[in-house]
Amino acid sequence: MSATILLWSLTLSQWMLVAAMGCAAFRVIGGPRAQDRVLGLDALYVAAMLLILTFGIRSGSTIYFEAALVIALLAFVSTAALAKFLMRGEVIE
Amino acid sequence: MTGLDDFPLWAAILVSLLLLAGSALTLLGTIGLVRFKSFYERVHAPTLGTTCGAGGILIASMLFFSVLQSRLALHELLITLFVTVTTPVTLMLLARAAIYRDRTEGKAKIPGFQNDVPPSSAMASDARPDDPG
Repeated sequence: MSATILLWSLTLSQWMLVAAMGCAAFRVIGGPRAQDRVLGLDALYVAAMLLILTFGIRSGSTIYFEAALVIALLAFVSTAALAKFLMRGEVIE
Repeated sequence: MTGLDDFPLWAAILVSLLLLAGSALTLLGTIGLVRFKSFYERVHAPTLGTTCGAGGILIASMLFFSVLQSRLALHELLITLFVTVTTPVTLMLLARAAIYRDRTEGKAKIPGFQNDVPPSSAMASDARPDDPG
C-alpha cells in the first residue's frame, strides 16, 4: 500500500520536474537576451538537482545525494561566473 | 521500490504530499519564467522553485531516509543551506548585470524606484567610469 502511494507520487513529481526543466530549457533556447538565458540555466540546474533527489528517493540509496550536492555547487559557480561575464565582459580580471 | 511494504503508511503519505507540493511549486516557478513579459519580472519566478520547491523535496527526502534507516538522516540539510544561501547572491549579481547592460544600451525599459532617482546619479553610483563594458 505505502509502496504504491510512494511509487505513484514519485512518478508524478518526476514528470512535473521534467516539465519544469522543459520550461527552463525553453527560456534558455528562446530567451530574447543573454541574461534571460542565464536565468533559465539557473532554473534548469535547480530542477535537475531536485529530479536527481527524487531518483534517490525512488532507488532508496544515498549516492544520488552527492550528485545533487555537486549539481547545486555547479549551479552557483556557473551562474555567478556568467553574471560576472555579462557585467564586465570577462570572468577573471 | 522493493522492500517498502513495511514502510509506515503515515510516512508514505507525508513524503508523497511533500514531494508533490515541492515539484508542483517548482513547475509553477518555471511556468512563470516562460510567461512573464520582461526580465525584471522573470527574475522573481524561479525563486519559488529554489525556496518552497527545494524545501518540500528536501524535507521529503530527509523524512524518507530517516524512516527507512530508522535513524536521523539529515545530510540533505547541506543542500538546503547551500541553495538558500547562494540563490539570492547569484540572482542579485544577475539583476545587477542586466541593469548595467540595459543602462549602457539605453533602450530597454528599466523599472524605476518609487521615489524616482534620476538616472544620471543612479548610474554614477552603479557603474565605474573605467568599466570595459
